[in-house]
Amino acid sequence: MNAIEIEALTKRFDQKVAVDNLTLTIQAGELFGLLGPNGAGKSVTIKTLCGIIKPTSGTARVGGYDIVNEMEAIHKIIGVCPQEPAYYPYLSGRENIQLFGRLQNMPDTKLRERTAQLVEALSFAEEADRRASKYSGGMIRRVSLAMALINDPEIAFLDEPTVAMDPQSRHATWDLIRGLKSNGKTVILTSHYIEEVEALADRVGIIDHGKLIALDTPQGLREQYKASNLEDVFIALTGRRIREEAVQ
Amino acid sequence: MNIQRTLALVGKELKRLTREPANLFMAIIFPLVLTAAFGFSFGAIGGSESKYNIAFVDHDNTQWASMLHSSLTQVPVLNLQDYSDPVKATDDLSQGLLSAVITIPEGFGLSIDSYKLNPNNPKQWLNSTIGLSVDKGSMVASAAIPPLIQQILSTVVTGKQSEATSPVKLADPTFVTAEKISQFSYMAPGMFAYAAIFLLMLVAQVMVGEREDGLLRRISVTPTTVGDIFASQIVSNLIIGAVQTLIIYLASTLLGFHPLGGASGIAVAFIAVMLMSLCSVGLGLIVASIAKNAGTATGISFVLILPLMLLGSFVPAPEYIARLVPSWYLTHALTSIFIRGASISSPAVISDIGTLAAVSILLVVLGVLIYRRFGNR
Repeated sequence: MNAIEIEALTKRFDQKVAVDNLTLTIQAGELFGLLGPNGAGKSVTIKTLCGIIKPTSGTARVGGYDIVNEMEAIHKIIGVCPQEPAYYPYLSGRENIQLFGRLQNMPDTKLRERTAQLVEALSFAEEADRRASKYSGGMIRRVSLAMALINDPEIAFLDEPTVAMDPQSRHATWDLIRGLKSNGKTVILTSHYIEEVEALADRVGIIDHGKLIALDTPQGLREQYKASNLEDVFIALTGRRIREEAVQ
Repeated sequence: MNIQRTLALVGKELKRLTREPANLFMAIIFPLVLTAAFGFSFGAIGGSESKYNIAFVDHDNTQWASMLHSSLTQVPVLNLQDYSDPVKATDDLSQGLLSAVITIPEGFGLSIDSYKLNPNNPKQWLNSTIGLSVDKGSMVASAAIPPLIQQILSTVVTGKQSEATSPVKLADPTFVTAEKISQFSYMAPGMFAYAAIFLLMLVAQVMVGEREDGLLRRISVTPTTVGDIFASQIVSNLIIGAVQTLIIYLASTLLGFHPLGGASGIAVAFIAVMLMSLCSVGLGLIVASIAKNAGTATGISFVLILPLMLLGSFVPAPEYIARLVPSWYLTHALTSIFIRGASISSPAVISDIGTLAAVSILLVVLGVLIYRRFGNR
């Protein structure tokens, strides 16, 4: 079964094409890595799939629901960790997480259990009841991730979830993401840490100038481009484009 | 609208109020400080007596003059005293024993009769002018008594509380010296309006701030609807408005404000303040739709707050302009209930609250529509 089906999806902002005729299928239970340079169209793709922005043309289905007409149903099965961690500084970490659980209509008992589980998994149980305004950047990232996962979503969109985290927190987050996959959840992960995507993702899509320019397993991409790691593949694919532009 | 989601957002808003010093100051501390400041500054002026002594000099002696006398007697803040000698009345006024002198001229009754016979034909009316001398040294007396007398006169002559065309005129008030009621009492109704007005800025800042911080966007990827967000803003600000009302009521009472109207008056006044709070939510949403950042929201809010404050609270302003702002209707209704002792079912109070309710609903609907159209750009 497919968790996400994207067909000829295009998003334009005036003259700029942010997502260009993107066609992609992500299977249920897959951990899919979406890579690309800054401004390549990763975040716009995720925002379009989540209903934050409307597509210019093309179609997409998330969890079997159409992104134009059935967004209400989509919002019940997804969790979104945005690139910029949006949180309420005057609430504690726990209150931030529980607020988003309540917005998902979670019953109180389940909400408390799930919050405790996430707080433990992301290693900030001792800090959970302090005001979020007192948190470090890494702590805020962890809270933001927990806010996205509080409803135990079928499909999780994680946009740069480990930026600003220390190595310990990053590994705790990786374990959490692996846990999502082992529980049959679908994860769409974007990251500037290519080794992170290489370590976690079942398949990787590389997007540049809004177009999908490569799609395979990390091993498949390494073999195809005769590279020792995914970062070399990424640079070979997207770095060349930058050099071509510089020459022009 | 989903109750659980709305209540979750309301809880979040109330935590913001109690945990963010700026919001707490704006919503609670500021009205309290304002009430205390005005209470201490103006509470002592005019002494503690809560009634005006008014001389009633009747040169007409008709049933219409008696009816006017009877109507004036029923006004709780007026202590009507009959004088047969106008010189003695003027003398007492000049000595501060009276707050005003009303002189009913000969022909007053004939004037009303002529009006009753031909209410729509002013050419057939016999004109007369009621004399009024007031303590001009007292801002309160000179500001409060003439409209009060005018209102009662209009009711007796035309059956309407508002000033309508009739053959009987009230003369411009003249001279003397008497201050018998606390000036602060006349300001207190405006205090309630004052606090509710500032909710406008809170709503605008919250909505713009959450938009800037990406929080509204983040909430938008949950099942939360725009209706839940608007409902939470309305409910949380009504709660804040209720707390403000209670604080101002207690503070102003402690500082010498003794409102008339009893429990029913207070209940209706409370509803009126809630309506003004609703108005502020609507205006706040409109500001949030226009403003691109929190700084601009604050600036635009002040542009709206200033006329609402200056024209519609305790600052004297020409009524024809003041009627353009919703806060005037709140202050006017509260003044009628608390100061004039008007019944909550009196046409003036019903008209004020009805107008305020209509304007509030209109502004909220307008605010929601404009925000949905432009607020997320």
